Amino acid sequence: MWKLISVELYKIYKRPRTYIAFGAIAALIVVIQLGLKIDGDAYAGFLMKDINDTLSVEGKILNGYLICYILLQLLLVHVPLLVALIAADMISGEANLGTLRLIFTTPYSRTQWVMAKFIAASTYTILLLIWLAFLALFVSIWIFGTDDLFLMKSNYVVLITEGDVMWRYVGAFVFAAFALMTVTSLGFLMSSLANNSIGPIVGTMSAIVFLTILSTLNIPLFSLIKPYLFTTHMNNWKEFFDLQVNADNEAIKGSILNIAKIKNSLIVLTLHIILFVGASVLIVKKKDILS
Amino acid sequence: MSVIEVQDISKQFGTLKAVDGLSFEVQEGEVFGFLGQNGSGKSTTIRMLLSLIHPSSGSIKLFGLPLKEHRNELLEKVGAIIERPDLYPYLTAKEHLQLFAKVRKKHITTSDINATLEKVGLSNRSTDKVQTFSLGMKQRLGIGIALVHNPSLIILDEPTNGLDPQGIADIRHLIQYLAKEEGKTVFVSSHLLSEIEQVASQILIIHKGKKVAGGATKQLLDPNKTIVHVTTLNDETALSAIKVSEFASYMLPRKDGIYFCMPQQQIPLLHKSLVMADIPLLKVETKNSLEDYFLQVTSNTQ
Repeated sequence: MWKLISVELYKIYKRPRTYIAFGAIAALIVVIQLGLKIDGDAYAGFLMKDINDTLSVEGKILNGYLICYILLQLLLVHVPLLVALIAADMISGEANLGTLRLIFTTPYSRTQWVMAKFIAASTYTILLLIWLAFLALFVSIWIFGTDDLFLMKSNYVVLITEGDVMWRYVGAFVFAAFALMTVTSLGFLMSSLANNSIGPIVGTMSAIVFLTILSTLNIPLFSLIKPYLFTTHMNNWKEFFDLQVNADNEAIKGSILNIAKIKNSLIVLTLHIILFVGASVLIVKKKDILS
Repeated sequence: MSVIEVQDISKQFGTLKAVDGLSFEVQEGEVFGFLGQNGSGKSTTIRMLLSLIHPSSGSIKLFGLPLKEHRNELLEKVGAIIERPDLYPYLTAKEHLQLFAKVRKKHITTSDINATLEKVGLSNRSTDKVQTFSLGMKQRLGIGIALVHNPSLIILDEPTNGLDPQGIADIRHLIQYLAKEEGKTVFVSSHLLSEIEQVASQILIIHKGKKVAGGATKQLLDPNKTIVHVTTLNDETALSAIKVSEFASYMLPRKDGIYFCMPQQQIPLLHKSLVMADIPLLKVETKNSLEDYFLQVTSNTQ
């Protein structure tokens, strides 16, 4: 199996398309970091304008931790679209090229090949996430320094002390890995259904956009299905940045407000991954290779 | 020993029966020619032999074992090129061979890879990306991929597609070398009938998914079964005259004349009978190549 995974990783590594996502993420992050470095004070002033009269905040609000949070809010919505570029092309791209028949006439079963391809696509997704984490967190810390993380929620503010932040980012990135692997598996499923490259990529992107809209619309009819949509759960990495408070309304260091929500989301995402990959294996196993 | 045993296989795609009750055997060490017009079911059959397409019915055995149950074990002994030489445009020739060598159970060394590149005439282009290759070079690399793990059975589907005359001759020599010098069993399909005629010891001709003729090449090309092409100024009368004679069979009236089969020694009688019938004769020529035979049997079933 390792042989097949290494072959698939090698193909991903050699494809020029692989680097589009890495380049796009780097370009976006650098542009945002540059903008905030030049005009960060004005941005911080805008953030604080509603509470400046009631709350006095000392220290560096616009630090590396906050920049990373802003970047994740912006990018974790769009990164799935970049992930689809590779994941949704893993099987259909080979069918389109005609190379599927070459790999399926080797002495390995189709299930082994599909699993190897999924593991390779997931590895790519995780590497993309690590790249995102490196640029969004570590480069931001390097440029903007560190301090306590001050977050404005809809009707309250959260202040996380500097020493209590880093593990939350680790948790958030692990959660994001599950979310993006769900997208990878959806792309994979689409890929198993088609014999061309573009259809599954567009299909995956469209499904994500469509389901995200359903997840965010507050219409009672959609509320019934929302808990079962993976897009409802993809943004729950933010739960790592909500703290429990004690009787004096003081934040409890090292706590998470709603850990059950995170667990539930991880279960839903994992079930989606199993469902999508399982369906892909079944489809490819039964498929006649005509391309 | 039978390397390939196909028993009554069929493949249905919706309402289309691409392969219909096909049976044949290929013996060890022979070059087996698989002929058929475009859309006759050749590629579907080959894909079933390689387990790319699941047969609707029938059974396939390779090296005496059922393909369905022993797929992985059997495919280790098979090298194949199927239709077009589709490859990864962003990889070099050598990277292709390294990649496909890696997914074989047996250990394949760098010198094996270099020897394969040499065998298919790509040593000097081994580090060039495939996107810069001509169709002929891609075809040769496809054959290289089929040979890199030294398989016992080589299945080549239209291996001369896109090749220039020199390339076609090279592939012909390679097939002959593989069979004679290395003792490989080669299953080769082609629409270039003259190529098959030159390399295959056994031939199977299919049409609309069914076997229409088959056997040893020498027997199929028996001089006693000469195909005669007659051109006259009045083909209708000529056809009637030939029909009433007892020496002609498999008559095919075509735009360019009448084709039929007859014993070579009776050709003078044919001349005589046509002249006696007062039919203005323009040309009588004999055809004895497999191409004529192929044309005859596939046309007869239409």
